[in-house]
Amino acid sequence: MNKTITGSEAMWLSLIAEGVDTVFGYPGGQIIPVYDTLCDFEDRIRHILVRHEQGAIHAAQGYARSTGEPGVVIVTSGPGATNVITGVVDAMTDSTPLVVITGQVPSAALGTDAFQEADVTGLTGPITKWNYQIRRPEEIAWAISRAFYIARTGRPGPVVLDFTKDAQNGKTEFSYEKCKFIRSYIPNPKPSDQAIDKAIALIDNAKKPLVVFGQGVTISGAGKELQAFLEKADIPAGATMLGLSALPSDFPLYQGMIGMHGNVAPNIKTNECDVLIAVGMRFSDRVTGTVSTYAKQAKIIHIDIDNAELGKIITPEVAICGDAKKVLSILTEKIQKNSHEAWVKSFDHCREVERKKVIDMEISGGEGPIRMGEAVAMVADVSGDKAVIVTDVGQNQLSAARYSRFTKGRSFITSGGLGTMGFGLPAAIGAKIATPKKQVCLFVGDGGIQMTIQELGTIMQEHVGVKIVLLNNNWLGNVRQWQEMFFDRRYSQTRMLNPDYKLIAEAYGIRYRAVEDKKDLRKAVTEMLSDDEPFLLDVHVLEESNIMPMIPPGKGIDQIMLNEKEWYQK
Amino acid sequence: MEEIKNYTVIIYTENQIGLLAQISNIFTRRSMSIWSLSAGPSSIDGIHNITITTDATERRIREAVRQIEKRVDVIKAFFYVEDQLVYRELAMYKVPTGKLLDSGELESLLSKYNARIVEMNKTFTVIQKTGYTDETQALHDELKNIGVLQFVRSGRVAISRTMQEPVFKFLQKREREKEKINKS
Repeated sequence: MNKTITGSEAMWLSLIAEGVDTVFGYPGGQIIPVYDTLCDFEDRIRHILVRHEQGAIHAAQGYARSTGEPGVVIVTSGPGATNVITGVVDAMTDSTPLVVITGQVPSAALGTDAFQEADVTGLTGPITKWNYQIRRPEEIAWAISRAFYIARTGRPGPVVLDFTKDAQNGKTEFSYEKCKFIRSYIPNPKPSDQAIDKAIALIDNAKKPLVVFGQGVTISGAGKELQAFLEKADIPAGATMLGLSALPSDFPLYQGMIGMHGNVAPNIKTNECDVLIAVGMRFSDRVTGTVSTYAKQAKIIHIDIDNAELGKIITPEVAICGDAKKVLSILTEKIQKNSHEAWVKSFDHCREVERKKVIDMEISGGEGPIRMGEAVAMVADVSGDKAVIVTDVGQNQLSAARYSRFTKGRSFITSGGLGTMGFGLPAAIGAKIATPKKQVCLFVGDGGIQMTIQELGTIMQEHVGVKIVLLNNNWLGNVRQWQEMFFDRRYSQTRMLNPDYKLIAEAYGIRYRAVEDKKDLRKAVTEMLSDDEPFLLDVHVLEESNIMPMIPPGKGIDQIMLNEKEWYQK
Repeated sequence: MEEIKNYTVIIYTENQIGLLAQISNIFTRRSMSIWSLSAGPSSIDGIHNITITTDATERRIREAVRQIEKRVDVIKAFFYVEDQLVYRELAMYKVPTGKLLDSGELESLLSKYNARIVEMNKTFTVIQKTGYTDETQALHDELKNIGVLQFVRSGRVAISRTMQEPVFKFLQKREREKEKINKS
């Protein structure tokens, strides 16, 4: 019945069957047949031609993070494949669903050091959720359906399919069936009743409970369930950096971000609470500070869909392996309605101290150059807290995390676990392509933008209306901060001479404006956000400024510096 | 400090190329040395068995086993201390035949260690012994006086004290779940 088609056609038909309409890629010798066939699918597939394969994968990450759907990347063998590796690790660490298809030399040439041959399945084994080398065209439908099923279910992650050239050219019959079951893989484990009962008893009897949540809430779409849980039990909550935007910023029980540069209140209260409920997060060292002093006084309930995270860093009193949405629904139904008024109120003091000592100065502080926080807060203000915020890595990221405000989920896209400089610009491109009706605003430093600046070409060619806010301080700011605070101000290789960004923007036909003066900031941001065109806003910020508060490395979560000299006093 | 013990990890997997490398990676990434490794079929068609021995604390081994089970093509992994298993290793020793015969200890060694000769010629003799690590090591130490030309010891093969393959019930459960999904 099924007519015989080429492997390349089978690949595109499989992608279309999975609902793919956008892919990010770059052609090359061992993937030419796939690109040739693309000519026949251009009515159904939008291919975004990037300028470097790293751009393709970060763009696909931005696409995936803003929608929850797997981002698809197509690159050639050898260097094409090795250029995506940073993004694959990043996606693995930050649970981002990706399907990456790499060309490969013909199967007869495998292992001969053929031109542009790299051992892609060997290289990507430890950094993918699953990988597979397709050597026969009959395997394509099976491998792609499995790839999508694995990438998007359970704790999402990247899948790499290494596609030999003979499998692209070979003929096969084709029929597609979506993968629904793999016997060795349980994406949605049933939470144990016993663990649920123990958790309920702890929550019902808690006097000072605290919730800390991560991206698991976003991934499982559990924002509403989390709100219902917090409201019924009257529990304050802090977000990890990747958990940002899972709760609206103005949600009354929301206490801000936890971790190294997080808010004072949820950090301090982590070491005062009696029951700590961790939802969809993995106790990263940037969240815990010194583990040996982390929440020692508390009984910890850890909810995560990834069994390998339970007990990895912190040994919880109760471990619940399951989907956040499902677990939170069950808990909310079974717990008692409760009130912890005095406990919730006790967060106010910490918040006030932080406001006075840190925030006021950062976002509305008097004279002098523009501060990063000010630029971030201005974007939040002018966009009505509605923009999707994408960041690079470093001070731009930390400022964006601290001073952005959110009304909707999937509005904060950043490289958290791996901390990949160069992530921001391509990720913003992917996010904008995925959500064209939203304003997508990138905060990026002058260091990070130059790591993937070639992607301005992609913006030009595809006309992607990304708003780029360059927080330009002529330093590699975050490392400079560490050098100032912990390395005796020996500024080794952190001063950076910048190109003329005006000329660069012009070269790519991207509108540009520079701001140096505080009084021009609102107007400039308003101009930037007034339409849907690409825009580069070059904000000349205070050159030597530090992200505060800070839990210095090696310190506990309640040992917080408010500025370079002053510690938070409990 | 938690006590470091010798653990045997038994892993049941689908037959997937590259999986062995990914599993050994999980140990090396955590600086855990693999003392022995053997791989082969299990009693269930299509399901492979990888047996690895390593020294670790219980917390570390539990963590590693969870990471192993996280690999999509791993069906299930178990860890055991020695007395929970029936296990053997196979050792072979090549010794110079002349010296062996001159020593006059051949028969007593073979019976003491329950070892046997698998090949003998004018120049060398290959002795084979199965048993626990300390037993094969002890014979090696005694043969040293005669002179050991070559010595090789296999990875551990182990069988659990459960009635069936420990993965058996899990697979039955998954089969039922598959039927449910296919019906819906």
